[in-house]
Amino acid sequence: MEIGRYSMAPLDEIDVAEGLRINSLMADSQQPIPDPDSWLDEEIRRNVLITTVDYVVDWARSRSIFPLMFGLACCAFEMIGTAASRFDIARFGMDIFRWSPRQADLMIVAGTLTWKMAPAVKLVYDQMAEPKWVIAMGQCSISGGPFKESYSVVPGINRIIPVDVYVPGCPPRPEGLIHGIRQIHQKIVKESINKE
Amino acid sequence: MTTALKGEQVARTITKALPDSVAAADSMSVVVASQSLYQVAEFLKNTPELDFDYLANLTAVDYMGYFEVVYHLVSLEHNHSLVLKTRCHGRDKPTVPSLVKIWRSADLQEREVYDLMGIVFDGHPNLKRLLLWEGFVGHPLRRDYL
Repeated sequence: MEIGRYSMAPLDEIDVAEGLRINSLMADSQQPIPDPDSWLDEEIRRNVLITTVDYVVDWARSRSIFPLMFGLACCAFEMIGTAASRFDIARFGMDIFRWSPRQADLMIVAGTLTWKMAPAVKLVYDQMAEPKWVIAMGQCSISGGPFKESYSVVPGINRIIPVDVYVPGCPPRPEGLIHGIRQIHQKIVKESINKE
Repeated sequence: MTTALKGEQVARTITKALPDSVAAADSMSVVVASQSLYQVAEFLKNTPELDFDYLANLTAVDYMGYFEVVYHLVSLEHNHSLVLKTRCHGRDKPTVPSLVKIWRSADLQEREVYDLMGIVFDGHPNLKRLLLWEGFVGHPLRRDYL
């Protein structure tokens, strides 16, 4: 056995491209993205003329959210439990979990996000049509959880995409997720179509 | 229940056919020299009374002074098992021969060990990272990582 000679396989273009993509995303994602909080001042900036339109649009939006199936780890089972008959999020007009980001407007990121998965999360988020909201479900997606110091786990999905509501827990119970969805509803009814 | 063969017993059989290949043996396992690993593996697979036709598991341990690559072998015909180990020194590019030609199941597991431990498997047809991405710096399961 010759020690000086190694049988390293040549790298495929697709591997190199993936590596470059992950490393550049990692370099760009060292700081968390600030949470969207402009809606806090929204009520002050509302004008009288379009208030009723706002009311109708927000009422419609908040009562028919289409969630996107995005189960990454064990939190996904609580999300599935929330969608099933016992907790029944159809009560909030969320009958169907969509598999396509183009048909969804709420992304429930349930579980541990690794750096290798991060480009896919960003891609799926970018494919969702406006308006869109994001729930970070569970400690792992909030801050990396027990894997915060790990070499392979994103320390909080707010490094990758902006987050509207954080639902803590390991995993959160379905009641917790439903509470998070109620918070999203309250956030939606404060939004206005009068974008600056 | 699968019978675990005694290491010394198998070591005696190996030494009879391939002298100087066994470095150490105890009741649990056989440690072979890495330069004769390929011949020993071939012997273990092709000898009818041993007939280890299935590589159940392949992993590696970092003892700081050296790396130990561990092979868990099973014979489906005789329903017995053996733990085969080999050692490689040096932290820059520790090398052991690849066993993909003998057991196909070594393919992905050798890539995983290369990815996380940095052990180079000489003769592997497609040795590149399996779990982490290309461009990742270091081998994270090494004890001196970080």
